[in-house]
Order: sequence, then structure tokens, then C-alpha cells
Amino acid sequence: MKSTPLDRRGALRAGFAATAAAAAGLVVLRAAPAFAQSTASSAGPRVIKMTAHRFAYEPAEVPLKVGEKVVVEINSLDFVHGMNIPDLKTRLDLVPGRITKLELQPMQPGDIEFVCDNFCGDGHETMHGKFVVSA
Amino acid sequence: MQRRDFLTLSALGGGAVFASGLAGCATRAADAMSGSAAAYDDFYFVQLSDTHWGFQGPPNPDAGGTLRKAVAAVNALDKPPEFIVFTGDLTHTTDDPSERRRRLGEFKSIVADLKVKTVRFMPGEHDASLDRGAAYKEFFGETNYTFDHKGVHFIVIDNVSDPGAKIGDEQLAWLKDDLAKRDKSAPIVVFTHRPLFDLAPKWDWATRDGAQAIELLMPYQNVTVFYGHIHQEHHQMTGHIAHHSAKSLIFALPAPNSQPARTPLPWDPAQPYKGLGWREIEAEKKGTSFDLHEFPVVRA
Repeated sequence: MKSTPLDRRGALRAGFAATAAAAAGLVVLRAAPAFAQSTASSAGPRVIKMTAHRFAYEPAEVPLKVGEKVVVEINSLDFVHGMNIPDLKTRLDLVPGRITKLELQPMQPGDIEFVCDNFCGDGHETMHGKFVVSA
Repeated sequence: MQRRDFLTLSALGGGAVFASGLAGCATRAADAMSGSAAAYDDFYFVQLSDTHWGFQGPPNPDAGGTLRKAVAAVNALDKPPEFIVFTGDLTHTTDDPSERRRRLGEFKSIVADLKVKTVRFMPGEHDASLDRGAAYKEFFGETNYTFDHKGVHFIVIDNVSDPGAKIGDEQLAWLKDDLAKRDKSAPIVVFTHRPLFDLAPKWDWATRDGAQAIELLMPYQNVTVFYGHIHQEHHQMTGHIAHHSAKSLIFALPAPNSQPARTPLPWDPAQPYKGLGWREIEAEKKGTSFDLHEFPVVRA
């Protein structure tokens, strides 16, 4: 998958891959990284704000509920960190100065791990986290 | 005793020999036991990896001495290798460009003590990702290149200078052009730092476009890949292509996906340098198969 930050085709592919993952019995129904303006509103999905900085995501563990639609808004503070979510076959570049959005609707309990896949320095190896999906 | 016999008998005696591709291992062992080994005129080389010069921390209280011990061990080999290769992460990363250059210079000075003067280098992400290889190139030249040795074609692929662990379209085109000049049966060895295949993406043990490189290599019948990055021995096939990772010379890492995080294994005072080491790689059958022989940093 191309890693250019504003790759719409990448977003479409990510959605497809996540759907395929769900069809295979994995955890998440849909994941669509979005870079346009937020469509979340008070009536829309719950918005979860996250920051990425050397060498951590905050929060590193994000609790989610099965069936709940959420939009994760990620703000990178200091580097074009990556966010690779192998279980969803999805990855994002987190460009400082932009809010990168990830739509999720988990359908099964379990952990969905993510990791920085853009080498960001001495500590890169510690930069990972997970969505913790409960029933 | 020929060198081949010695290595094979070491395997029979419980030593750590791995025959690339596996299928030839039993045959070679049988040859050695029957004394029917044919005349041997192939060659061997040494792989060292992930020295992380400049690292300091509890996982290796002898961080300043381990590389020098490995250099001494290689120099003590009865028959010197025909060349030596370092598969990346020569230095531990730093944000400070001058410190990065100091570490690269110190590393280069230490390995200049190797008696074998044909030494091949490539960067790891710790050397090259933060400045796209600029400092590395000042000391060691290009980050991707080819060379030939006794009929074997060696290809060094850089999958670290892009911080996103990509080989990139330009280098993939270069690889494609180089391969187009080879016969499909030519013996080809690839050196790279990261695994070309998705070994453990949750630990960032992958190359983002590595599948494209494997696809280019797949039509060739005799391809073997040696890499580093994961600080442990690991052997995996993608189709008919064997991939072998090397131990580190600074600290060991856990088996892929065996725990939540890829944290260094703790130093064991009762067994110093446990999990660290380097290897000999013996090319056989004109470079179409390889025997791997693992060595510790310090012999017991």
C-alpha cells in the first residue's frame, strides 16, 4: 500500500481490506483513514483524540465497545510517525500539523494492535499501542 | 580434512549448522560419514550484523567490547573467509548528526582491524533512516550495489534509508534491470537489513514493499537472502527462496511475536553474550546451496 499521506486510493483500499478482514472473522468491520474534514458530530460517531510523539501514542491503550462506531483523531506532534494496524491491513502516515482520522466499528472483542512503522529514533521500538475491544 | 567435512561433522556433533534450503543437509552429512566428499573448491564468507556501536544500556554491559571481541574471533579463524559482510545497524541511532558520524567513524576504525580486507557494508535503519543515509554514505559509499564472487552474484538491497522501510520504486527498477542480465539458474545472494517478507509486522519486522522485491527474485531458481535486524537466527522460505537472519553483536531480541513488545532480552551474567554471535556461510555447488555455521562472540 502506498504511504503517501493524502492517498485517497489508499483509504479506499484500507476500507476494502478491513471489510475483508471482517469477512474472515477478524475483529473490525470497517476502518477508513480519512484526511478530509471531520464528519463527526454530536449525533455521529464518538470521537477519540490521540497524540503521537516520540516515542509513544497517547493513550497507548484505547478502550472500544463492540458495535460502537468511533472516529480516532490522531495528532502527531513531532515527526511523520506511522500507524500500522496489521490485523486490518491498514497503515497511516501521521503528518504533524494535520489531524489524521481513522473510523472504526469493532464487531468482536479483542485487541487490535498498532505500531509506528516509520523509524523515528532511539525509542522507535517502544512506540506501539492497541485498541482494546470489550463486549 | 577439508573445510566442508569439518563443518558437516560439526553439525553431526551437535554444532549449529544450518543447511540453506534444508534438502541437501542429509546428503552432505551422509557424504561426510562415508568419506565420499568430492573435491571442494567453493568458498565461505562471514556475516556479522547489528553491532549497534554507540549503544549503552543494561542489555549489554560490555557494549564497548563486544564488537572488538567478534573482530578478534574472526581474525582467529584458521582459514580466513574470502570476504566479510556486515548486514546493517553498524551503529546505534542518534539524533545528533555529529555524534552519528563519530559512531560511524569509530565503528569503521574498529573493523579496520579485521585481517580480511574485503569487507562489505550496508546500513540498517539505525545508521540511515534519520538522514536518509547521508552520513552512512560519507563513510561507506552507496547503500545498494552488486558484486560478484566466484560465479555468485551478490545484490545489496537498501530497505532502511527510507524511514518507512521501503525499497522504493527507483531501487526496485534498478533491481529489475540487474536481474534481467542474469540467467534464471544463476546463483544469486541478496543481502539486506530488514526481512523482505512480513515476518512480524506488529513488531515492524518487515519491508513495506518487500513483496515486490521477492516477486522480482522469484523467477530465479537459486536465490538466498541473508539479513539482520531481528537480532536472532531465523530461517524461512518464501517459495523456493530461503531467508536467513543473523544474530546481533549487541543484544538479543525475543522470538517474533512471542511477547507484547520487542524488548531486548536481559543480559545473563551467568552466560555473558548469550544469544549474540556471528556466522560463517559456506557456498557449495557453485553457490546454489549454503551451509551456515553459527559462532558465539567468545568461545567457551
